[in-house]
Amino acid sequence: MLRFIAIRLGRAMITIALVVTFAFIVLRLSGDPAQIILGPEAPPEAVAAFRKAWGLDDPLWLQYFHYFGAIIQGELGRSMRDGRAAIELVAERIPVTLALTLPALAIKIGLGIPAGIYAALHRGSLADRVVMMLSVAGFTIPSFVLGLTLVLIFAVKLGWLPSGGQDSWRHAILPVLTLGIGGAAVLARFTRSAMLEVLGQPFIRTASAKGVPWRDVIVGHALPNAAIPTVTIVGFMIGTLIAGAVVVESVFSWPGVGRLLVVAVANRDLAVVQCILLLVAATMVTSNLVVDFLYGFLDPRLRQNPGKAS
Amino acid sequence: MSEPHKSPARTAELSLSKLTVSFDGVTVLHGVDLSVGKGEALGLVGESGSGKSVTWLAALGLLPGKAKITGSARLDGMELIGAKPETLDTVRGGRVAMIFQDPTSALNPVLKVGRQIGEALALHRGLSGAAIRAEAKRLFDLVGIPDAERRLSSYPHEFSGGQNQRVMIAMALAGAPDILVADEPTTALDVTIQAQILDLINTVRREMGMALVLISHDLGVIAETCDRVAVMYAGRIVEEAPASALFAAPHHPYARGLLHSLPPLGGERRKLVSIPGVVPDPRALPHGCAFAPRCPQVLEACLSAPPALRGVGDARRLACVLEARTVPLRSFEAA
Repeated sequence: MLRFIAIRLGRAMITIALVVTFAFIVLRLSGDPAQIILGPEAPPEAVAAFRKAWGLDDPLWLQYFHYFGAIIQGELGRSMRDGRAAIELVAERIPVTLALTLPALAIKIGLGIPAGIYAALHRGSLADRVVMMLSVAGFTIPSFVLGLTLVLIFAVKLGWLPSGGQDSWRHAILPVLTLGIGGAAVLARFTRSAMLEVLGQPFIRTASAKGVPWRDVIVGHALPNAAIPTVTIVGFMIGTLIAGAVVVESVFSWPGVGRLLVVAVANRDLAVVQCILLLVAATMVTSNLVVDFLYGFLDPRLRQNPGKAS
Repeated sequence: MSEPHKSPARTAELSLSKLTVSFDGVTVLHGVDLSVGKGEALGLVGESGSGKSVTWLAALGLLPGKAKITGSARLDGMELIGAKPETLDTVRGGRVAMIFQDPTSALNPVLKVGRQIGEALALHRGLSGAAIRAEAKRLFDLVGIPDAERRLSSYPHEFSGGQNQRVMIAMALAGAPDILVADEPTTALDVTIQAQILDLINTVRREMGMALVLISHDLGVIAETCDRVAVMYAGRIVEEAPASALFAAPHHPYARGLLHSLPPLGGERRKLVSIPGVVPDPRALPHGCAFAPRCPQVLEACLSAPPALRGVGDARRLACVLEARTVPLRSFEAA
């Protein structure tokens, strides 16, 4: 088991290192931060001084070396815009984003999983077809379209809710719904197919054949098996808690991590972008790790041979 | 097999009459009449798709919702077709237990076997806590699973196929049923294990005085175990007789064909004869006898309507227009 954990952690580290490297190369090659931050009118001496101050004149490999070395020591750099530590800038945005993504996750799970189970148990019924139709609509409509539609209905036409900003909990309702509906749709569809797959298994018939009431067959026999594929999707959703709201935060002017990322990319504010990407990679990798361990908990067949979980 | 056949009029535990099943408008079971007496061992033979399993799944309400079932299945006079779910839940596992072909997929992979057996004990015997554990251990000992105490905490994938079938049998016995329906219980197992499982089924049946319905396409298995045999073809019973009588002198051409395709154990070596053709598609059954297109003795009368199952002699029922005794067994070879 220790060996399993060590291998997993090692792989996670490699993944994060690759993400960091990729981000470094792309951002360094796609524009000069000095020009962008100081503006096109800036005098050449100012630009040169800025480049020197931030080490932008060093060869790329040396910059990478410095950068990577700093990360290993836990130093994530400073924002080129205001000189504050990047980690500080990002950290103050995380709770703001979580205020949207956590309630949205609750909607995804609380709505998507029961809807999927219900649809599977009433396969072919009107309810099943309605749930599946909504589900297709829910995950094919892009979040900015859904978000703007909700704004049009609830803010512009009805005037019930604000269209953007972060002044009160009422401002969070529309962005949370926008995030939650799409995810609930995806989860409903996955849960339904996982349930249908399990309900067709011979052990379900065995449980009925020994006199277990249908409700208990569902709860005691079908759900624990259907949970295995569903957990994968939920794990993936947990991985997007930090950076999964970039578009929605932009639509609703919600000052979270996603908006910070958009602004930082536009400014080529390297340290901030890299800090966010590092954080995103770390949450993704962590949630994948957690899912792998959950598999072992849910499925005894994977416990003896954890290698199969990957 | 050696037991003399008792009159069919004796107390029937479970009797099916005119049991019909259709899926999406396709009829797969065409009015089955059959009964199982107390403590009797009834064999049900036929090719895959002949309706052997569907008959019992229908009687116990275990078919999916889209199956349309008509007719009657009475257990001690209580009607099961259309019965309330609560009634069926007490019958299933409590009065009639079932075991299946592939024991490993028939057990829930994420639950310990002890819990799966305990569930039946709690439902049908009202046991709880330590009493469940003790009784489950006794059942494991009974079906010959060594180290029972520890094995109760194992999962199905930690057992072999044969052991899982023993677990299934223990689970079936947990409700102390009157009838055990064994649906191809040895088909998925190694030959050496098959005999052990059959022995076990026979032993527990005798000890507990259970009736047995053994569904199989293996005539050898049926011959060893059953008092009475019903042969099914394309959703109908075509012949039913005491096992000794059926194996000594099968009347229906299909039953004869089945027996003839087995190698004789003693005597002269002969060429094995197969039944030509394939089982008809239930969506396109012939108008008359479903076996007519493959039958070596087909007559004009066979093509108009399916022959009814009627009594022949004192203990045999037959669905064939031929007066069977006039036809020699070897006629298949000529076909």
